[in-house]
Amino acid sequence: MDKLLRSEGTEFNVQQLIEEKKQKKGIAKRLEKVIPVFLFLCASVSVLTTVGILFTLLRESIGFFSEVNIFQFYTSTNWSPWTGEFGVAPLIGGTLLITLIATLVAVPLGLMAAIFLSEYASDRVRRIIKPVLEILAGIPTVVYGFFALTFVTPILQSFIPDLGIFNALSAGLVVGVMIIPMVASLSEDAMNSVPNSLREGAYGLGATRLEVVMKVVLPAALSGIVASIVLAISRAIGETMIVTIAAGATPNLTLDPTQSIQSMTAFIVQAATGDTTFGSTIYYSLYAVGITLFVFTLLMNLLSQYISRKFREEY
Amino acid sequence: MLGRNEEAMERQVKGRVWLNKLMMAVFFTATMIGLIFLGLLIYRVLTQGIGYLSWDYITSFPAPYPEEAGIWAGLIGSIMLMVIIAVFAVTIGVCTAIYLEEYAPNNKLTEFIRINIQNLAGVPSIVFGLLGLTFFVYMFGIGYRLLAGGLTMALLVLPVIVVAAQESIRSVPNELREASLGMGASKWQTIARIILPAALPGMLTGTIIALSRAIGETAPLIIVGAATAIYTLPDSLLSKYTVMPIQIYNWTGRPQEEWQHVAAAGIVVLLIVLLMMNAIAVGIRNKFQKRL
Repeated sequence: MDKLLRSEGTEFNVQQLIEEKKQKKGIAKRLEKVIPVFLFLCASVSVLTTVGILFTLLRESIGFFSEVNIFQFYTSTNWSPWTGEFGVAPLIGGTLLITLIATLVAVPLGLMAAIFLSEYASDRVRRIIKPVLEILAGIPTVVYGFFALTFVTPILQSFIPDLGIFNALSAGLVVGVMIIPMVASLSEDAMNSVPNSLREGAYGLGATRLEVVMKVVLPAALSGIVASIVLAISRAIGETMIVTIAAGATPNLTLDPTQSIQSMTAFIVQAATGDTTFGSTIYYSLYAVGITLFVFTLLMNLLSQYISRKFREEY
Repeated sequence: MLGRNEEAMERQVKGRVWLNKLMMAVFFTATMIGLIFLGLLIYRVLTQGIGYLSWDYITSFPAPYPEEAGIWAGLIGSIMLMVIIAVFAVTIGVCTAIYLEEYAPNNKLTEFIRINIQNLAGVPSIVFGLLGLTFFVYMFGIGYRLLAGGLTMALLVLPVIVVAAQESIRSVPNELREASLGMGASKWQTIARIILPAALPGMLTGTIIALSRAIGETAPLIIVGAATAIYTLPDSLLSKYTVMPIQIYNWTGRPQEEWQHVAAAGIVVLLIVLLMMNAIAVGIRNKFQKRL
């Protein structure tokens, strides 16, 4: 040991090592400062995306509204862009009709599934059924569209004879099935977070399972349930492929679900696949419809967040 | 007097118990409706598509006749698109998650970024298509090419990846951080050598789930111009391209009955790819779940 330390070479090496170590520390120190900056830049991409969406929609819509009166756009009930008639009401009506049918399907079925899974099913049954139900949410919407057009519509036609090939009913039903897992899953989470002591209190007073569900669990989980429903409605408003494939392309301001309609999203697809030239009024109308759709879904999302934050029950 | 009261009460209790049983059956039936629908859908697609599904179908390009049409261009296009999405979305998504979980100060800006990501997840996918059309196709001059589609989809799935990565970073126990810092490691050393490896399985699972969402997306790609008929495979980032959902959509819209079978066969291929991705995600989850 002594010999080694005293030999010149080793002494030199130790000093060199110390120098190297210091240098490395310098680099490491700088790295420690640079990395958070880089990470912050990455985090700002999502903000930039939002800014980009707003910028795109606003700029092109302003271009559109310099050619088409904004008041007319939102009040006229005639939408035939290829002849220069821009009244967005039929597209909004079509979207809302689909959303209404989908909500009527998804809310009762989704809620009842959530009640069953959270309150009645055994752990084993829940572990099997919940993931299988969630597969529904993972199936590509183009598949749902195909299924609505080639399977659901023919079945519906067998008991509604004057139902057209393209109709709002079939599309709406299938959109509803698509959003069932969303209602079921989020509502079940809300019900699961209701503490067991509340249930046990009610059981102790002699309540049946159903009474516990209706009078204790549902009221306690209400904010979460309503938030999940609003979120599912938002998803139905923005749904594109099912409506495009199964509901047709007829802008139609109607409440009759057997008619063919066109939703806002379906129009955007139709115009984008057609011969829409860059810079034409129809090209700009894509963005005017887009921003209308964006505002609808944004309001729903904000509402859902507001409800779940504001009315959250604390135990 | 007393006897009659007891009798009434017993009837009432029986009624309540009976109602409970009835509603349980109703709830169970409602749960089953979704599952039956899923079963019908899969059965229908399989019976329609299986006859047209063959090795030839998988390795053929689109054709004017249903017997000759195949999904090769869409399959390869989907896979290449996924690689682009994975590279961009995972890098940016994981970095965003690390920033938010480990570095971000507790202030208004951070809160804004969090809320923004939440809201971005609720924006309809077709709006992302419009974003991609303006920025990537026209403003950056990429045109209707693979890269434009990939970047658009990367932004679309970014929120999913960020949230998954955040959750898996959060689930790394604090003791590991403290031990590492206590031994003199710097913050970044702790993140790179301790936290990220521990959070990796969760991140991978989240990424695969996000990618499997991307592979089924149709609407934004229609807007940013994925082609419906293409007879060459993409060989660079600036090639023209198509993806499986676009091919399926295109076949669905044709009037002749045979094309429905071609579309169904395409759906079978798409669902098999999705199933494989989900199996990988479940596999990763099961393999690493016990370790922490």
